[in-house]
Amino acid sequence: MRHARIAASIAALSTIALPLSACGGGNGSTSNDAFAAHLKDRGPITYVQGKVNDNATHAIIDQWNKLHPDEKVTLKEQTDEADQQHDDLVRNFDAKNPEYDVVSVDLVWTSEFAAKGYLQPLKGDMAIDTDGLLDSAVEGAQYNGVQYAAPQTSDGGMLYYRSDLVKTPPKTWKELFDDCAIARKAHIDCYAGQFNKYEGLTVNASEAINGAGGAIMAEDGKTPTVDSPEAAKGLQVLVDGFKSGDIPKSAITYSEEEGRTAFESGKLLFLRNWPYVYGLAASEASSKVKGKFDVAPLPGLDGVGASTLGGHNAAISAYSDHKATAIDFLKFLESADIQKEYMEKGSLAPIRAEVYKDPALVKKYPYLPTLLTSIENAVPRPRTPFYPAVTKAIQDNAYAALKGDKTAAEAVKDMAAAIKAASGQ
Amino acid sequence: MSSNASGSPASAPARRRLPRRRARGSSLDPHETRRALLLVAPAVAVLALVIGYPVVRAVWMSFQADQHLDANGTFVQGGFAGLDNYKHWLLQRCGDVACPPGSTGSSFWEVVGITLFFTVVTVSIELVLGFWFAVIMNGKFRGRGLVRAAVLIPWAIPTAVTAKLWYFIFSYDGIANHLFGAHVVWFGDKWAARSAIIVSDVWKTTPFMALLILAGLQLISDDVYEAAKVDGASAWQRFWSITVPLVKPAVVVALLFRTLDVLRMYDLPAIMTGGGAGDGNDTTTLSILVINEIRNGFNSAAALSTLTFLLVFGVAFLFIKFLGASATGAEPKAKR
Repeated sequence: MRHARIAASIAALSTIALPLSACGGGNGSTSNDAFAAHLKDRGPITYVQGKVNDNATHAIIDQWNKLHPDEKVTLKEQTDEADQQHDDLVRNFDAKNPEYDVVSVDLVWTSEFAAKGYLQPLKGDMAIDTDGLLDSAVEGAQYNGVQYAAPQTSDGGMLYYRSDLVKTPPKTWKELFDDCAIARKAHIDCYAGQFNKYEGLTVNASEAINGAGGAIMAEDGKTPTVDSPEAAKGLQVLVDGFKSGDIPKSAITYSEEEGRTAFESGKLLFLRNWPYVYGLAASEASSKVKGKFDVAPLPGLDGVGASTLGGHNAAISAYSDHKATAIDFLKFLESADIQKEYMEKGSLAPIRAEVYKDPALVKKYPYLPTLLTSIENAVPRPRTPFYPAVTKAIQDNAYAALKGDKTAAEAVKDMAAAIKAASGQ
Repeated sequence: MSSNASGSPASAPARRRLPRRRARGSSLDPHETRRALLLVAPAVAVLALVIGYPVVRAVWMSFQADQHLDANGTFVQGGFAGLDNYKHWLLQRCGDVACPPGSTGSSFWEVVGITLFFTVVTVSIELVLGFWFAVIMNGKFRGRGLVRAAVLIPWAIPTAVTAKLWYFIFSYDGIANHLFGAHVVWFGDKWAARSAIIVSDVWKTTPFMALLILAGLQLISDDVYEAAKVDGASAWQRFWSITVPLVKPAVVVALLFRTLDVLRMYDLPAIMTGGGAGDGNDTTTLSILVINEIRNGFNSAAALSTLTFLLVFGVAFLFIKFLGASATGAEPKAKR
């Protein structure tokens, strides 16, 4: 009887252990042998990316298939949830699945996958031509100085402002907070970004730090450099904003959508957000700021600030059987025509500067020149294989500083210590 | 979970029969014992496979080190780690130094405290409210069946939906602030966020508690009350001397289930606050910490989940030992 009792208790409890072991065995062993195999082989390949919610991807693949009937590309769609896409890729790479030939990788996963030996280094025969590509995007696809992926689409933050209330957009943080007098007069809030404790806070805190001349990590992906007076000064700008009320206190719970809603309902003078807001704020029925807003590059401490780079890279799996076809497909994705199509049909920011200057596109998307400035000044998020722990280190400490629980100087000091611990040093 | 709700009322009559049989003969005869073992064996084998294996594997993993970078910046296997992963959590050591703020290791004891706090507070409130609801529903009144069905609705709604619902209620422009004319940033403040989670959890699971207790109440025969009335016992005396002791087994089972549930709580705080608020981790439960840690390394996460397992197991053990809860419901009560 007692045994039955214990067995029943175990049954009730063991649900904790189940999810963990289900995804256990994440052993990313190195695969240097795989790098030399199948380099010259051609044939049909599979391209893997998250759920397609644009009108460009299918058209682009159809175009390739028409041109290469013997080396067709099959699209494999994942979920639309980033964490699940990441875990699906890890599982398939771990299983050395040759059916994942070309994969679309979020910028921040590139280093982790490279360090685990999943991605074919793009050198020698597999090298890509980076001429004409935006420098920050090229950099965002490197780890330890090696090109592991080809930039595919890009993204950058911009400052949305009420052009009916502010005549010339602010270039520096000081100018921005000086303009808050206008907001107070109009009884609306002044500035908001993404300050909830999630990835968005990493983006916003990095922008404040990079825009003031600070840097979060060294090139090697393990040494923190964030404990500097510049970094503290950058973070202090946001801390002061919260303290003075120029950033409303409810902004501590804002992610992208809350900020967009506040701006579109006319309750916000300045908003930091991604380009997707432009189209919605200009067209949505509920938007009260139609024709009353414009965009500018993000402000910095003494000039244009540093946006955090977003976007995706296309990479070749080290376990692909048809790498020669795969590299051709990567080059195809980077060509000017395809980049234009990404922008035209999918509103996905291109990685070639020339596309941003296309007159027809600029007419349709007036924010393109601003976005180009933003991306040209953009800094990728820390390129480290320990990204999940590093982003937590940034979030936790930036959040504590914004809440006034610690000073900006203490926050960057703790950030550096936590990043160091995260990289196993 | 649904099996718990239906399992308890059905098994309660068995509990009343058993003591008599036990009183007559001392133990079962050997043939019957062997047959019982044979009948139980297949189920035990399946349990060992689907439950034992993951548990053993998680424990084994917890003694391995997570992979780390070599000089070329490539990941290599971590090898055997001994108790390092446990030291990491229990002593909050990251390598040779104390875990700095912003690492998962630094928040372990805080998170244990938060989890226990949620457990004690929500289960206490649910017990009182659940008992109250059950007593009301046990009375005879018009539309009793409808009330009993209706009260189950919050519990029937999937937790993820409940969480989103209360997330909107407590948002800055939400109903809660409008109702009280307040300007509380519910998910930005430590105690406000915890209160919001407690309110949601109580709203969601009190019906479960109420129905389990109601099942216990229904087993008490009206004759007992009538006899007490004849003897001149007041309503209060009848409650304390009859209702409470007789309903205790049902209450203890309900408490056990709820306590185990809250100790493992993930969905409500994860969806409502992402484990944030206050200093940034003030609504992080152990399960949320385990999931977060999986992204950093499977083996350290395995150690954490083993610790969580031990905590939950320990609490369940204490319940069974001291309160005499029986998860299977067929256990004879030795005393009385």
